Amino acid sequence: MNRLERLIDEARREVEDNTFAAVRAWKEEEPGRACVGFFPVYVPAELIWAAGALPVAVWGGGDRIEVEMADARVQSFICSISRSTLELGLLGHLDFLDGMLFGSLCDVARNLSGVWARNFPDTFVDYLHYPQNLRSEAARGYYREDLERLGAALGGITGRTPGAAELAAAIDLYEEQRALLRRLAAVRTEEPWRLGLEEQQVLVRAAGRRDPRRHNEVLREVLELLPEREVRHKDGVRVVLEGSFCEQPALELLRTLDQAHCFVVASDLARGLCWFKEPLRRSDDPWSDLVEAYFVHAEGSVVRHFSPSERTERLLARVRDSRADGVFFCTAKFCEPAFYDFVLHKRALDAAGIPYLAVEFEEKMSSFESIRTQAETFAESILFFADEEATA
Amino acid sequence: MNSPYQHQGSGQKIQKQLLTDWYRHLEQAPERGEKVAYLFISGNIGELLQACGFHLVYPEVNALQCGIKKVAGPNILAAEDIGYSGDVCGYVKNDIGLMLSGNRMPHGTTLPKPDLLVCNYAGCATYLRWFEALAEFYGAEMVVIDVPYLRGTEGPTAEEVRYVERQLRELVAVCERVAGREFDPAAYRQAIDRTVRSEDLWVQILESARHRPSPIDAYFEAVFFMAPIYTMRGTQGCLDYYQAVAKEVEERIQAGMGPVAEEKVRIVMEGPPAWPHFRKFWEMFKKWGAVTVASTYSKVGGIWDLGFRHDPDRPFESMAEYMLGCYTNRNWAMRSQLIRGYLEDYGADALVIHSVKSCRSFSVGQADLREQFIREFEVPTLFIESDLADPRYFAEAQMKNRIDAFFEALEHRRLTAGV
Ligand code: SF4
Ligand code: SF4
Repeated sequence: MNRLERLIDEARREVEDNTFAAVRAWKEEEPGRACVGFFPVYVPAELIWAAGALPVAVWGGGDRIEVEMADARVQSFICSISRSTLELGLLGHLDFLDGMLFGSLCDVARNLSGVWARNFPDTFVDYLHYPQNLRSEAARGYYREDLERLGAALGGITGRTPGAAELAAAIDLYEEQRALLRRLAAVRTEEPWRLGLEEQQVLVRAAGRRDPRRHNEVLREVLELLPEREVRHKDGVRVVLEGSFCEQPALELLRTLDQAHCFVVASDLARGLCWFKEPLRRSDDPWSDLVEAYFVHAEGSVVRHFSPSERTERLLARVRDSRADGVFFCTAKFCEPAFYDFVLHKRALDAAGIPYLAVEFEEKMSSFESIRTQAETFAESILFFADEEATA
Repeated sequence: MNSPYQHQGSGQKIQKQLLTDWYRHLEQAPERGEKVAYLFISGNIGELLQACGFHLVYPEVNALQCGIKKVAGPNILAAEDIGYSGDVCGYVKNDIGLMLSGNRMPHGTTLPKPDLLVCNYAGCATYLRWFEALAEFYGAEMVVIDVPYLRGTEGPTAEEVRYVERQLRELVAVCERVAGREFDPAAYRQAIDRTVRSEDLWVQILESARHRPSPIDAYFEAVFFMAPIYTMRGTQGCLDYYQAVAKEVEERIQAGMGPVAEEKVRIVMEGPPAWPHFRKFWEMFKKWGAVTVASTYSKVGGIWDLGFRHDPDRPFESMAEYMLGCYTNRNWAMRSQLIRGYLEDYGADALVIHSVKSCRSFSVGQADLREQFIREFEVPTLFIESDLADPRYFAEAQMKNRIDAFFEALEHRRLTAGV
């Protein structure tokens, strides 16, 4: 295993570890360190860091957990991430967390905050409201006040209420990280065979649970090593993956897509960690920068209200910008927001003559054969029509 | 044969007339050049929109009616045909299916298209997705009134109220532009004044269930009693209706009359009804002499029995308070507290949770609520599942077995406890 593979492998082992051993070790390294978890989709990580705690993305247990205790608390027709995340908590795997945050991005996440508060009465649980009336002149002010309130509440558990200076420094750090993650994504867009989708995603997911200073080093090194990697150009189709903004597909599923030569060149995977497609506009007021991040820089997604045409146009722009041949809707079973979005996107894609394929996944899925076959058929049909067009 | 009672059934008669008139006016609105706004029930701002000259359409009410009239099934299938998943809210799919088939309601009215979609986003994120779809399909303008979910247990904060109030004031300008006429503050105030009087009567009706036997079923009947206060609050017709129902209830109390022949069990209900099988569903409880004495679903559009009233002197601010306080905009600690209060105040013997697949806003957390009520509060609790729109999710035999087993056990427990 070379250096590059070792770095990726280490990230993989960490993100696959439901006991969060590496995060626990980080916390114990220095006295006074704190960790605050957050459920997807988005929570401004910089606010948590500025309050002196490590933001930890608590995004389900993947295929490495049996949902038993959570079964009695969340019904079976609810997405698996909500159930497996609760199971992680009930198993005690999250007992190192000093707090847990939820946001208003869907009713499941919202209601789960209450279930969490009842089941873990000794944990600090908070809830951030994301404005959905983006036209209102009052919305920015409201959101800002809510961020300040949350900052103070976090300060209450860490003893370090973030001021402007801490917040600005934290935004710097996460901006650096997002820029690195964007560069990583660009590798996929340009030469998808150079970095596997699964490899890219373990590096993204690791950003959700590592000290950002350390992970930025890793990302930098990976980016340095990637151009030297010995690879072979592979033929395949280029697709935009859409619909996995919250619950994450198994790594095996991501590998399957590369194997099926269905190359994901842009995606909304782990949306909350890389929601901004360009650097944030900065001012001398970091609170307002965080507000603008959500209002202005958030890429089109169903977890924030956009006019439907705007959201769809943004998807079409993603297809264009990444020179994709089609769209691969990859939706968590029972994820309502994604399902609603699908219908509107589908209409627009039909109108634009862009091919798409829709599949559903579950955390617990163990066989990916059907997805592989569908992806292969999809890729073949795109290549076939491209040939026909070329000869016509 | 003449009924010995003067007032029984009068509410129903008035309601029928009100709805007939309402739909007739609505249907004719486009001919008269009048504008139509669509909005949601939870935290609705009917008085405000009417004072801006809009006719109102509540797609949730259409879905409910289609459910009861057994046409929700085909509507839902039509929506699934154009790509909606089997796993999304049946109300939304019913509405989309209805739209695809020309918006003709089972009672014959053809609903006009929206000129404005007012998404009063209070308590349900699906509301946003629903109107986003309608905005796309109808090409209509959509505005959102963003209502923050409540934190803590103290009710809305001053900032939250101010935030929602600001948006309501901003909305007025949008309405004036779309409706092409000025907002009438005097009419708004007057409507709120009538609203308050209806609210008083509504609370009186709900609280009549404290009597033994309860004169009303606070779920199976209340879901019909609640219609005017959720759809035409602020109108004279609405006020007349509640005056009539209040008399009806009073008469029942005098006569010792209730929804079942003999009240044997008093229950509190959490969750929406199974509209597509409403009668059957009710029968399953009636046969045990079970009467609902309080329910949360009858509070979906607003909660007044905790003391809140609209205020004609603060028409915008109190509207904001109202929106923030509606049932599904309350966090689980508040919801659980409310239910526990009902169990005590109304002398209920058990809690029944009807969990519907369509509605995550209602359902996510209900299983945990069952855990809490059984283990922490030691309240006999029945948990059943089906749907409020999709007839496919009603497993009749299984549902009946569970209900029978529960009430049998409850009866047995009482016998052995000697109460
Ligand atoms: S997977 Fe979908 S439904 Fe589940 S919490 Fe995430 S956004 Fe909500
Ligand atoms: S999710 Fe529930 S509250 Fe929301 S539209 Fe559907 S039934 Fe109504």
